Amino acid sequence: MLKLKHISVTFNEGTPDEKKALKDIHLELEKGDFVTVIGSNGAGKSTLMNVISGALYPDVGDVLINGKQVVDLPEYKRSKYIGRVFQDPMAGTAPSMTIEENLAMAYSRNKKRRLTPGVTKQRREWFREQLKTLNLGLEDRLNAKVGLLSGGERQALSLLMSTFTTPDILLLDEHTAALDPSRAELITNLTKKVVEESELTTLMVTHNMQQALDLGNRLIMMDKGQIIFEAHGEDKQKLTIQDLMNEFQRIRGTQFGDDRAVLM
Amino acid sequence: MFISLFGAVESGFIYAIMALGVYLTFRVLDFPDLTVEGSFVTGASVAAFSIVQGIPPIVATVLALFAGFIAGCITGLLHTKGKINSLLSGILMMTALYSINLRIMDQPTLSLLNETTIFDQLKAAWANTGIDAALNGLLGAVGLEKFPATWSILIVMVIVAFIIKFLTDYYLKTEVGLATRAIGDNKKMIRSLSANTDNLIIVGVGISNSFVALAGALIAQLGGFSDVNMGLGLIVIGLASIIIGEALFGTKTVVRATLAVILGAVIYRIIVTLALRVDFLETGDMKLITAVIVVIALVTPKIVQGRREKMRRAQKRQQLKAGGEGRA
Ligand SMILES: Nc1ncnc2c1ncn2[C@@H]1O[C@H](COP(=O)(O)OP(=O)(O)O)[C@@H](O)[C@H]1O
Ligand SMILES: [Mg+2]
Repeated sequence: MLKLKHISVTFNEGTPDEKKALKDIHLELEKGDFVTVIGSNGAGKSTLMNVISGALYPDVGDVLINGKQVVDLPEYKRSKYIGRVFQDPMAGTAPSMTIEENLAMAYSRNKKRRLTPGVTKQRREWFREQLKTLNLGLEDRLNAKVGLLSGGERQALSLLMSTFTTPDILLLDEHTAALDPSRAELITNLTKKVVEESELTTLMVTHNMQQALDLGNRLIMMDKGQIIFEAHGEDKQKLTIQDLMNEFQRIRGTQFGDDRAVLM
Repeated sequence: MFISLFGAVESGFIYAIMALGVYLTFRVLDFPDLTVEGSFVTGASVAAFSIVQGIPPIVATVLALFAGFIAGCITGLLHTKGKINSLLSGILMMTALYSINLRIMDQPTLSLLNETTIFDQLKAAWANTGIDAALNGLLGAVGLEKFPATWSILIVMVIVAFIIKFLTDYYLKTEVGLATRAIGDNKKMIRSLSANTDNLIIVGVGISNSFVALAGALIAQLGGFSDVNMGLGLIVIGLASIIIGEALFGTKTVVRATLAVILGAVIYRIIVTLALRVDFLETGDMKLITAVIVVIALVTPKIVQGRREKMRRAQKRQQLKAGGEGRA
């Protein structure tokens, strides 16, 4: 479904600020895989998401979606296959447009946009049905401007907008991090539900280790631009937060040693 | 007095078409496009030149509209593909158009006084409808003595302005139009929803300038000339119209906002006409008056809000004090 080969990204190459954000990343997702991604700040998680979505081009490497090379496709073309929810609840919706207009724009994601009305009677009914699944009462506020919604409501809407057209790949980048705990839990539950129901191939970055353990069938841990740990299926099920901490400590330790060896 | 106001409303509805164009860039696309000052003249020049060449006025007017569309598309290209800052793209295009407009007309001013314009044809066709007589009769009944020469221009321009408004409303609600509006609202989002923002901006700025050029072509035919400097300060006039309209009629929906822009343009014309009746003001002061109107319209809401905030805080403090004494 999604294949990353030899992906490397360097920011500000050749300057004192040079930063290797991704180093030779390999990653393969089967259809229906739900992968949670954890890692310290600056590990390169968001950069990885941006490379997949096309918001950023890697220095080298391949990105394949459904076996098709897409690494040179601009973001707007790639987003036919990709649904995204950002960390910032403001980022995924247009505030001065109404709920139904926002949904209509998302509805056109995998179609050619035409000069026909974006919101039709039929679509409006369908939007209403979809909004009901959120249980937030938004189905009664189709004509409310999205800017009036709370952060949690906006994020729930963003999630719906990026998933209701069943994208080939769903990218979630700390999409619950900016919300208070109860709202975050709501969005987490919605995520779980929609990913399971539509069997979406998903990459979810989270700073919450428990969430990374609870959700999905795979887990990867990133550090300094590399994937340093992976767990699948049963192995993942058995993992605990303590395991993750130990693993991190262990690998980081050896890595540190390696670095020193090179320096000497 | 009535006649000059009548004239203000008449040209107001033509300028409203220009204001709708400015609305598309400044408000919908969030693209401060200064091409307008050039493309208005391009519209006027293309229409005037074509008419002088013997092309039927209606065809000349449509040609002007296309010329404006092309000019706008080039500005859009400069910005999206050339990665030039939006303000600068417009300024570059406006500057280039000055020379192009001179070339089109081959002189700074092109007169249409000896030509048949679209309005001459309109008045001729209108003459035997009897509508003027009926309307003037009504005016006579309320005690007016001077009547406008023709109602045809006003009535047809109202219709044209509203047709353009309805087309704009429709466009902004289509799948393409929704994506266009999202560019001014949240560009990052609409890109992640697979919209080609570059193309939408190019076409959007093109449509905007086609409206402006159409207005230019009509104003040239109404005034009987095209002048290379007739676009000077136009952007501020467009903004003034939008701001006045929005302040008075609101922006709750697209349909409402475009109506507000039209009415704003007409009211702006009326304000200017009235201002010019003040003895110490001259025609040349118009641009200063316009700038002042825009500044007032921009600053007043902030002052009002500041006042309200101050009062709110003062009230809060009062309440707290009263509450504190109560408890003590
Ligand atoms: N546009 C950029 N320019 C320069 N450096 C960047 C840019 N984006 C990210 N980085 C750097 O790349 C590294 C990885 O960033 P990021 O992928 O955002 O990390 P994460 O999401 O895992 O916290 C960080 O050190 C960050 O400072
Ligand atoms: Mg990040």
